[in-house]
Amino acid sequence: MKKISYNKIINSIRDSIIEINCVPSSELLNKYVSAIENEDNELSKKVLRNLKENAIIAQENMIPICQDTGTAVVFLNIGTEVVIEGGYINEAIFEGVRLGYQEGYLRKSIVGNPISRINTGDNLPPIIHTNILKGDIFNIIILAKGAGSENMSALKMMSPSDGLEGIKNFVVQTVKNAGANPCPPITVGVGIGSNFEGVALLAKRALIKDILDIPVDNSITAIETDIKNKLNSLNIGPQGFGGKTSVFDVAILMEPCHIASLPVAININCHVIRHKKIIF
Amino acid sequence: MKLNTPIDKEKLKKLKSGDELFISGVIYTARDSAHKLLIEKINNNLPLPFDLNGAVIYYAGPSPTKPGNVVGSIGPTTSYRMDKYTPDILKQGVAILIGKGLRGLLVKESLIEHSAIYCAALGGAGALMGSKIKKITVVAFPELGPEAIFKLEVEDFPVIVVNDLNGNDIYECH
Ligand code: SF4
Repeated sequence: MKKISYNKIINSIRDSIIEINCVPSSELLNKYVSAIENEDNELSKKVLRNLKENAIIAQENMIPICQDTGTAVVFLNIGTEVVIEGGYINEAIFEGVRLGYQEGYLRKSIVGNPISRINTGDNLPPIIHTNILKGDIFNIIILAKGAGSENMSALKMMSPSDGLEGIKNFVVQTVKNAGANPCPPITVGVGIGSNFEGVALLAKRALIKDILDIPVDNSITAIETDIKNKLNSLNIGPQGFGGKTSVFDVAILMEPCHIASLPVAININCHVIRHKKIIF
Repeated sequence: MKLNTPIDKEKLKKLKSGDELFISGVIYTARDSAHKLLIEKINNNLPLPFDLNGAVIYYAGPSPTKPGNVVGSIGPTTSYRMDKYTPDILKQGVAILIGKGLRGLLVKESLIEHSAIYCAALGGAGALMGSKIKKITVVAFPELGPEAIFKLEVEDFPVIVVNDLNGNDIYECH
């Protein structure tokens, strides 16, 4: 049995929430640098330089890279041989999120009721996806997800006859419609298969594929590259002012599905990529 | 080009889509919920929390200010959500709108009709935009939290002209 204290979970989540919102990852800074080199036109280069400068100002002052510090999305992966001592795990996650948003001076962007729209004041509740595993594995992935890009996402129950070409067209059309709204350069998470609710979650997980330890599948990599090239030739560019870097990455996750279905979901993330895996 | 607030609309004629503009003076934030409340006040002939004539409205909701700092992060939010309210806001004489992303046809027509322009601030660059702000105060609807109307005193606040008075749109020119 692996024993982890309730307070340790709270503290790690609090610290990670603050870190992902205020400290750009080296991967993100590198993405800005290679995009600056890759662009030809002066306005696109300048925009990207400003985005990089913004990330550095945020880190130096420990203020959020973007004011929309998002909905906290939590992937809880826990083995049956893990014991949480001193409290209930979901309460620890709630408390960690609450403290992170409060102590990090992060924006509280959640309304308690989608119709009456009163702010909950503490950025609760987070969205928690639990996965029960064998053994004593225990990790938590946190994603701060902004709404500007989330709002540009789409789900379609396609027909099996639409095939790969249909899927690619759906992605291209969705990104084209999104234009400047999701703060490009974006990351595009594509879920293919499963069912209605499953495919949405696949697309969300695709956005964090880089930290999911998924073995590389060359056939999927080829599709991702092809879609990425198509999207980068749309000339949306950084912030939608034109240019070669409309997307940083395209990531696909697939699962089996019903003989009659071809569910496809596209979840969009902005240039401010904010996620982290906490391993216990 | 540099402009001071309140904006003299005559000066907007020279600006072209794609131009960089630096605004100094006072700008006001308003996003979804604040727009809804402003329109209710306009429709009921109630006094407004700030003078909209020649005003600059920034679609933004800041993150909280850390002790010792001037302001938190404060980049633009996506503008199309305000489209429904925008023609009525422009009727009040607002000169410059700042946000991010494409506007609807009705908004574009209304901008030209009222000699106003729409500009983009850098999306996802709230820390950088915040560095151009000298002072922030709540002027209305504090109960809305980040969606309250904030008065921002700014110096050389950088934006890019999206919709100019000749009907050009930087998002659609390429
Ligand atoms: S889409 Fe992302 S970068 Fe843009 S404002 Fe929202 S959270 Fe910030």
